[in-house]
Amino acid sequence: MPTVAFTRALERFLQAPPADVGGATVGEALGAVFASRPALKGYVLDDQGGLRRHVALYVNGRPVRDRVRLSDPVAASDRIYVFQALTGG
Amino acid sequence: MTDRIYVGTRKGLFEIARQKKGVWAIADVHFLGDPVSALLSTDGALYAALDLGHFGSHLWKREGNAWRELGVPTFPPKPDDATDDPHPWSLGKIWSLESGFVSGRLWAGTMPGGLFRSDDVGESWKLVEALWMMPERKQWMGVAGGEQPGISAVLVDPRKPDEIRVGVSTAGVWASHDAGKSWRIMNRGGMYNEYMPPERREDPIAMDIHRLARCAAHPDTVWCQHHNGVFRSEDSGLSWTEVTAIKPSKFGFTVAAHPRDRNTAWFVPAIKDEKRVPVDGKVVVARTRDGGKSFDVLHKGLPQRHAYDLVLRHALDVAVDGTTLAFGSTSGGVWISEDGGDSWTAPEGRLPPINAVRFAA
Repeated sequence: MPTVAFTRALERFLQAPPADVGGATVGEALGAVFASRPALKGYVLDDQGGLRRHVALYVNGRPVRDRVRLSDPVAASDRIYVFQALTGG
Repeated sequence: MTDRIYVGTRKGLFEIARQKKGVWAIADVHFLGDPVSALLSTDGALYAALDLGHFGSHLWKREGNAWRELGVPTFPPKPDDATDDPHPWSLGKIWSLESGFVSGRLWAGTMPGGLFRSDDVGESWKLVEALWMMPERKQWMGVAGGEQPGISAVLVDPRKPDEIRVGVSTAGVWASHDAGKSWRIMNRGGMYNEYMPPERREDPIAMDIHRLARCAAHPDTVWCQHHNGVFRSEDSGLSWTEVTAIKPSKFGFTVAAHPRDRNTAWFVPAIKDEKRVPVDGKVVVARTRDGGKSFDVLHKGLPQRHAYDLVLRHALDVAVDGTTLAFGSTSGGVWISEDGGDSWTAPEGRLPPINAVRFAA
C-alpha cells in the first residue's frame, strides 16, 4: 500500500501521522487519508480539490505532475510526501 | 465588555486587558506566528480566522479557555461552463466576520468575494449563492492590486436581521432584504470613484468600499471610508453624501460608528492612495460629533514625529460604551482611548502588523 506522510509543520494545527493507504492514484491515496482525517483535507487541497498552490507533493522524491486532478499513478510500494517551503517575512 | 481587546496580527492573536484606568497590558497570546485575518467576539465566544497561506484559511473558536477548529467556508465545485469567471472558486481568506442577530447565525465575508452564512454558530458554512451567481459579480475588481475582490464589511440590521448590506472592495454596496436569498446593488447616488475612467466614475459597482460602519441604535445611518473619500448615508446605504470636512485628509481605510449617537464617528486618515502614511508623520484620529459637518483631529498620546503607521479596514473598534476605542497599525502600534478619543495610551510591547482589532463582547 502507498505510504502518505505529511510535513511536521502541520502538527501545530492537527495530527497528521504517516499512513499506509489504498489507492491507485495520488488522489485516491490522499482521499483514503482524508476519509479518516477529514479536517486535514483543507490544509492540503483547495476548494476545487487541487493541491494548494504552495503545497508540494512528491512521489518517491519526485514532484507530482498533475496538481489539479491528482491523477499520477502510485504503486503499493510508493512513498507520497506532502510538504512545503515556508516563506514570508 | 470594555476592558478586553483582541488584536489579530500577521503573526498571532494578542489579548489586551485593562489593568486600571488608563493602563492596558498584553494578557495572552494565541496562534503565535500565524496570520489572523478576521476576528469576532459574540455570545461569549471568540472566533479567529487564520490565513495560513500555504495551508489555506481556517476558522477557530474559543469557548471558555478551549480553542477548536470549526468548519471553514468552502466554495462549491466550479461548473464547467464558468470558464469566463475571472475569480477563483476557492477561499482566499476570511476578511470580515459578523454576528447575524439571529440565534446561531453568523456571516463571513471573504476574498475572492464570496459571502458565507452559518446557522449553527460557525460549525458549518454555506456560500450565499444568490450573490455569488449574479452576473455582475464578474465585474468586481481585485483589492489592493490583487486579483481577488474582497467583502470588507457585512452590516446586519439589528432591528431586522434579514436586512444585510455588504461592502466590497471593489464593487460597491450590495443589499439583501431576505437574509441573502436575493441581492441588488444598493448605492444609487452620491459616491464617485476618482481613479476610474470618466464614464465609469459614478457607476455604483465601481465603488471601492474600504469599510462601512453603522450606528447600532440608528441602523439607517451608515458611514463609509471609501477609497477616495468619506461618505455618509441616512437611508441604510441607498444614497450617500460626501463628508468633505474630514481632515487632515480624506483617504483612509477604517471607520467606527458610535453605537448610540448617529452623529459621531471616528476615522484614521492617511495622505492618499499613492502615499499611505499619516499626514506629516503624525498619527491622528479624526472624530466628528455633528454628523460630519466638522472634525476634531485627536492626537494626545499618539506619536507625532516620524510615525508612519497605517490603520487597515478592520483595525479600529469602539466598545459598546461609545467612549472606549482601540486601533492598531501595520507598524504594530496599538492605542487605546477611554475618553472617546480625546487621549490615547499604548500597552507595552511591539506587535506584528495588525489586521483586526475588536473589543470583547
